[in-house]
Amino acid sequence: MSDIIAPTKPTAEQGASAASIALMDQLAGPAVRAESPLYNADLATKARQGAKTGGVTLQEHKLLGHLVIRGSQDNAAFLAGAQAVLGFDLPTQPLTSAESGALSVRWIAPDEWLLIAPGREAFDLENRLREAMSGHIAIVNVSGGQTVLELSGPDARAVLKKSTPYDVHDSNFPVGKVVTSVFAKSQAVIRRTGEQNWELVIRRSFADYLWLWLQDASAEYGLVVKD
Amino acid sequence: MLLIYCPHCGEHRDEEEFHSKGQAHIARPLDPDNCTDKEWGEYLFFRKNPRGLHHELWIHATGCRKFFNVTRDTVSYEIKEVYKIGERPSVVATAS
Ligand SMILES: [Zn+2]
Repeated sequence: MSDIIAPTKPTAEQGASAASIALMDQLAGPAVRAESPLYNADLATKARQGAKTGGVTLQEHKLLGHLVIRGSQDNAAFLAGAQAVLGFDLPTQPLTSAESGALSVRWIAPDEWLLIAPGREAFDLENRLREAMSGHIAIVNVSGGQTVLELSGPDARAVLKKSTPYDVHDSNFPVGKVVTSVFAKSQAVIRRTGEQNWELVIRRSFADYLWLWLQDASAEYGLVVKD
Repeated sequence: MLLIYCPHCGEHRDEEEFHSKGQAHIARPLDPDNCTDKEWGEYLFFRKNPRGLHHELWIHATGCRKFFNVTRDTVSYEIKEVYKIGERPSVVATAS
């Protein structure tokens, strides 16, 4: 075994000397039609014409703002900056989430969080977070790369059991917990938002596949699509 | 199917979420330009293949996407310990 056991981490000061970053508001404005990753699934029509009762309800929370926030928990200016802008602390306890009003933050890794906010607020939030934070940090707007699905109803958990190896029993998955795991041969950030409510953050490129998967997995319980 | 403890997530997770990345604690030569071919070749290509305790680098690939180290018995597949990058293993082979 080598004597060198770990690389040296950049200090907060080293990170702070980085050049200014080019920022872009990814929203094209109201004149351009925005399409969610599930645009082709036409969930609005499914919601109108499909079943009205069933064991599983699926709703897409589309076109929200998704920001990946990265920084070290050792960097006080990073944690304080997030608190100042969000109004609550980043959840530093592994596998937990925090939310207030329209803002919700998921722990993804010890130095990574996923903030979801109303789509039109993402760019402003990104700017304010950058302003409030200093040191070796990163904020990336990934809004176009993923979408949010909500599974709810008495049989929502049964659909999860078919889809992920993660233990979704009450004793292991209380409300507010968040895990990133395998989901139907793809991957999802799974958060429990209520007794019968589960939130999935999925990748754009897998959205169509997961929509097909969820229809199949929910068929035996009856799937209700909500717009 | 193994359950592997992720030291970053702080719980056991399904083997399916992890990937092994081979031998741990491989130090990159500090001055690559002045390595001999033998030194550079050994750094790039030569790995231990012990029968028994092995220190390996693993990644929680579909979870937190963080790397960590595992001391594993290559005979029984038993994971003896999991420790973070930067920490030293507490289970080490007595003779090598
Ligand atoms: Zn992990």
